[in-house]
Amino acid sequence: MTTAEAAAGPRADLAPGAVAAPEAVADPGAQAARATEAILRDTLHGAERGVVVDSPPGAGKSTLVVRAALELAEAGRPLMVVAQTNAQVDDLVLRLAEKNPELPLGRLHSSDTDAYDKALDGLPQVRTSAKAADLAGLPVVLSTAAKWAHVKTDEPWRHAIVDEAYQMRSDALLAVAGLFERALFVGDPGQLDPFSIVGGEQWAGLSYDPSASAVTTLLAHNPGLPQHRLPVSWRLPASAAPLVSDAFYPYTPFRSGTGDGDRRLAFAVPSDGSGPDRVIDEAAASGWGLLELPRRHTPRTDPEAVRAVAAVVRRLLDRDGAALSERSDRPAPLTAGRVAVGTAHRDQAAAVRAALAKLGVSGVTVDTANRLQGREYDVTVVLHPLSGRPDATAFHLETGRLCVLASRHRHACIVVCRAGVGELLDDYPSTEPVQLGTAVKFPDGWEANHAVLAHLARHRVSWRP
Amino acid sequence: MSLITTLARLEAVRTGRARPAATVRHRHLSDRPLVFVPLTTAGEAGAPLGALVGTDRDAPRLLVVPQPRDRDLRFAFLAELADIVLPHLESCADVVERAERAETDPGTGKRVTVEVDLCADAAQLIVPSRAGIDFVRLLGRSMRFRRTAEQDPEAPYPAPPRVPLLGRWLTHYAERARVPGSSLLLAMTDLLGRHWATGQSTLEDQHLGALLAWIDPPEGMSGAEAAERAELARDPAGQLLCPPAGPATDPAFDNRLLAPAIERYDRARAALAAAEDGLEADERLGAVTAAEREIRALVESRTRPTWDAVWRGLDLLRTLPPGARVEERWTRDRWSFTGHRDRVLAGEPPQPRRDDAVTAANKLAAREREQARLEAQEALDDPLVMAGRRLAGEAFAGEVVDVVMAYSEGKRPSPRPLVTVRTDDRPHLGERAKVYRSLDGRPQTAEFVGYDEQAEGGVGVVLRIVDKMGRGKEPAAGSVPEKGDRVCFTLFEHEQRGGAKLPDPERTPWTHGGPPGEPAAPEAADPVTEEDLL
Amino acid sequence: MTAPAPAKSRAWAALAELRGPGVPAKALDARALAALAANPGCRRRAILDGAGVDKAALAGALGSPPAFGQSQFAFMRGNAFEARVKADGGAELLRLVRETLDPGAEPPARAEVPDLSATGPQGRVARTALALREAAGTGGWTLLDHPMLALDVAGSPAFLEPDAVVVHPDGGWTVVEIKSFPVLDGSADPAKVGAAARQTAVYVLALEEVAARLAGQGTAPRVHHRVLLVCPKDFSNLPTASAVDVRRQRAVTARQLSRLTRVEEIARTLPEGTCFSPELPAEELTAAVDSVPASYAPECLSTCDLAFHCRARARESGAVAALGRPVRAELGGLSSVEDVLAAARGEAGDPDDPAVAALRRAAALRAEALDAARAARPPVPPAGPEGDPCH
Repeated sequence: MTTAEAAAGPRADLAPGAVAAPEAVADPGAQAARATEAILRDTLHGAERGVVVDSPPGAGKSTLVVRAALELAEAGRPLMVVAQTNAQVDDLVLRLAEKNPELPLGRLHSSDTDAYDKALDGLPQVRTSAKAADLAGLPVVLSTAAKWAHVKTDEPWRHAIVDEAYQMRSDALLAVAGLFERALFVGDPGQLDPFSIVGGEQWAGLSYDPSASAVTTLLAHNPGLPQHRLPVSWRLPASAAPLVSDAFYPYTPFRSGTGDGDRRLAFAVPSDGSGPDRVIDEAAASGWGLLELPRRHTPRTDPEAVRAVAAVVRRLLDRDGAALSERSDRPAPLTAGRVAVGTAHRDQAAAVRAALAKLGVSGVTVDTANRLQGREYDVTVVLHPLSGRPDATAFHLETGRLCVLASRHRHACIVVCRAGVGELLDDYPSTEPVQLGTAVKFPDGWEANHAVLAHLARHRVSWRP
Repeated sequence: MSLITTLARLEAVRTGRARPAATVRHRHLSDRPLVFVPLTTAGEAGAPLGALVGTDRDAPRLLVVPQPRDRDLRFAFLAELADIVLPHLESCADVVERAERAETDPGTGKRVTVEVDLCADAAQLIVPSRAGIDFVRLLGRSMRFRRTAEQDPEAPYPAPPRVPLLGRWLTHYAERARVPGSSLLLAMTDLLGRHWATGQSTLEDQHLGALLAWIDPPEGMSGAEAAERAELARDPAGQLLCPPAGPATDPAFDNRLLAPAIERYDRARAALAAAEDGLEADERLGAVTAAEREIRALVESRTRPTWDAVWRGLDLLRTLPPGARVEERWTRDRWSFTGHRDRVLAGEPPQPRRDDAVTAANKLAAREREQARLEAQEALDDPLVMAGRRLAGEAFAGEVVDVVMAYSEGKRPSPRPLVTVRTDDRPHLGERAKVYRSLDGRPQTAEFVGYDEQAEGGVGVVLRIVDKMGRGKEPAAGSVPEKGDRVCFTLFEHEQRGGAKLPDPERTPWTHGGPPGEPAAPEAADPVTEEDLL
Repeated sequence: MTAPAPAKSRAWAALAELRGPGVPAKALDARALAALAANPGCRRRAILDGAGVDKAALAGALGSPPAFGQSQFAFMRGNAFEARVKADGGAELLRLVRETLDPGAEPPARAEVPDLSATGPQGRVARTALALREAAGTGGWTLLDHPMLALDVAGSPAFLEPDAVVVHPDGGWTVVEIKSFPVLDGSADPAKVGAAARQTAVYVLALEEVAARLAGQGTAPRVHHRVLLVCPKDFSNLPTASAVDVRRQRAVTARQLSRLTRVEEIARTLPEGTCFSPELPAEELTAAVDSVPASYAPECLSTCDLAFHCRARARESGAVAALGRPVRAELGGLSSVEDVLAAARGEAGDPDDPAVAALRRAAALRAEALDAARAARPPVPPAGPEGDPCH
């Protein structure tokens, strides 16, 4: 069987809108609850060995994982949880412990130093060990896919939850799938795909292509598995969900859990008329802002763009921002911890950190798209991956990269970019090779970039620093 | 492309000659490589037209298929190729040394060391270009499922006896060529491109003649001129002066020289078949022989320049001293070679058409490991490669300006000296990042402590050495750098850990299509049709 | 295809002047249209293609003829394979279409194979459109062997000839492309499949124009975005079919075609009397070609007839892009070899520019490494034997 036959699944072949569109009239909370009930029903009582859940940005994936884990534990089914990074595992342990302080948890970790968050040592219900045998019999054991791959067992776990399954490679799933009988696979199909540093073209088109995502392989071999989707993003505001949904999830639309005006961002200090202040006001009003610098070819760490990013962050913090949301009756101050900067490359992140330090800003997260996956802030400032480049490349056009950068915010996203990216996209040579038997991945990064750019153009503030 | 390589290319543009991209040779070169320069027929799926092959640069063997669409002639070509290549492979397969290998005892499941044979050397195969490697793979695929009359008396069109075996070996070589840093099967363009930076693009470097022209232009010509001549110059008859390195031929050669010659050959054969008596047949046989000789001369004229170019490339590469860790990687190639030899001896069936899920995952993991190993080893072997890693912030070099003795806490305090290295490099050091330096060829680990802005003459990186200092309270002599030493630390590890063990193929999990049903029978040969090309 | 719209005809006449008096427009075929996406940023290519200039002839007149050509072996093999696939009234081909794309449809026991011959391309286009309309109501299979389609390209019609178009019983249309590269154990050369996908995407666009016109007359045929690629299987001459999803290629080509209208804008920037006729002396021609900026990259060598000329000009001007697109990425605003080297040597450039600073560090690190290597061993003997590899 090839992936084209199976894994293309309903997603690739349905026209936009053919999937039942989220009923705009229904209450988002009720809609999300219905989806969650169906997922838990299939997970706990379904006949199939696997259940797949697609979760768009901020749709409550972690909440679902925690809830499913608690219910499985309660049903007396020994559970293993597979996440992709140590930080993700530790985060899940902390959330589970918070929800049910009585439930004994096992944290399986590597033998490296600093293998897990030391905060776990303070929780009496959590047992940590580098040996799976030490954790035998605990109702829930959590670890990374890499660590699970070294575990040997005669008695498989009754159930597993595989988190961030779209970022897990097929070969990593192969290494752990023998450990469990049934599993719930949860992840966001729109984020960055897993990759390999060496060529694996010879296996392209095979259903079990080892460098494909775990979900692709799973569905290619088990096309009948129930597939669910969390339909409501609780993170993205009403100003962002339609764009992100259309641009990055054209065949699986979702909606925002909040309506227009449910979230407000206001600044006590008025604008000084500068580019950064004008773009901040635009973003506060509309949810999006594009600070456009004059067109120029620059190296990756474009000093002007880096300074512009830092200036925007500085002003965000200086202007006494307050974010009002459905979470509370009173606006919350926009502090450094609620702001993040996203870049495509590590050296860009380093340059922004240095520029922020020069402006005396601390406590703002600055990272690459890869590392911002799964994180959430009130306001994000993004250095556009194509800003200042002489040409576009497949790396910079990767759909998931832009999707991550454009979907981390609860209130507003400000993009800093040099002019000319539209032409850059149009001039992109489109001569991609095509592998027989592989499903076409949608959306195409090129189209998604055009869509986002067209939207940002409506919130443009041109600035010559 | 690293900025250092970019600079080298730009210097090459300015000076008109390729510039070094390496200061040592990063691939193993055999004393007796087998060079293979094949040509194929345009539009056909791997119907060979001919080849030069051998280990003696002055006496290559010329193999020609005068009518590539004729099955018998193709089989004759492949049989001849087997008669040249297999003895060469076997000359290596027969000489072994004893070596140790860790294996899992099937009874106890414990890791045990066993003594096994390791071929003392492996045969090395060199082709002109990457397309040549693909062609080796294609030949291997076309031959390995063939049945000989001995294997299957019923087989229609049985293959000559040793052809399927050659197919299995070529398949193994082509598959090994996908492993980073391996040297069993190499393309000359890759070898030269790894060691020299030309003043043209990597795309244009795929042309062996142009690449060599940049590295070693003829007297009185710049690399750029010589390269352009190699690419484009034609004789008055419209033929390229420097024929492509194959296996594809130039269309002008096909249309103006080869096609008419094959037509003459076909006519001569038809006439021979129509001969009515022995005397006539003798005469007409002479005509067939002459027509065949003409095609042989044509094939030789297109392959010989490439053959000479490959050997000249080998000469150039031999001027570079081998990197210190090249031999270690070649030993891995010898293991690979020995492993295939053993599988053939054990009577295992030919490699399947497609890898199963477990084999594919294992191969990918091995290649990723070898890629990381190659990157680390090339940097450790070659200051020019290390310079690129330093520029990228993945390594730093400098002078030790301070050493302070310190000890770990606990019942038995061990030495944990603090070493300050002054450097102009800008490593991307995270909190408590681990760094490594090579100490007598073994990696020594240190931990990043912080920056010392006060270090004399620049920024100091303060490191805590944590291992390779012996068991005593005082570090072993020479195990801690001293003030004034030049040191180079890397942020990447020098040695690669083995990955997790995957399930056996017969225990493939349900997520990957398992478990498999009945053990599959060895794969059948390709069905034979009237118009089969190979 | 109707005559060009009047608004465009003036521009069309201006473009004709660019070709030179009496020089007919070189019709763009599907490959040429698909190749528009290979380097859409090149204004030189856009204007030459848009004006129907024969780039191969132009390149020859400039002294840098293209190196493309086809071996007669490949040509013969391709024809023989296509004939084989279409033998017996297309029975095997229709079987492949049904099996691969439409297994629910009735088996193609008998199929219509209408005669599409007509005089001239316009006539064949009309004949094809008629055959498509007639096929719509039959409820059976129809095979159109080498139909002719037209596509409006910047105001002038391009005539396109797919290998075949199949009409399904449900009225849907599928483009069939027959190629002679093999599918070996289920996979084929991805570069070749990609090129085939881009080529067929052009046919899909042209068919959609026909379908849109038919829709006006009541029926709305669906043009499938999965095309059928037929290739020889393994080492045999037997056909094997693969469905190829060309939605991406279709989207890209549609966008590039819509951008071709900018050809008129480019034409307006040309000096008065600019002409690309191959009859002109090389010097004049060179000046004319130079008046439109090119964006040469080494990839052009395999996709554009004019590439050798553009490469020579790019090298003469010391453009770093001649070394490949990726080279430019880290050089920021520096675009010539001399500027980069001068910046690296510390003779030019702003040291606060990160590109300049990185270059200087790179140059220093490189020099240090080469010195270290030289110190570590005796000088390298002169490389290899002298001589020319080709003699």
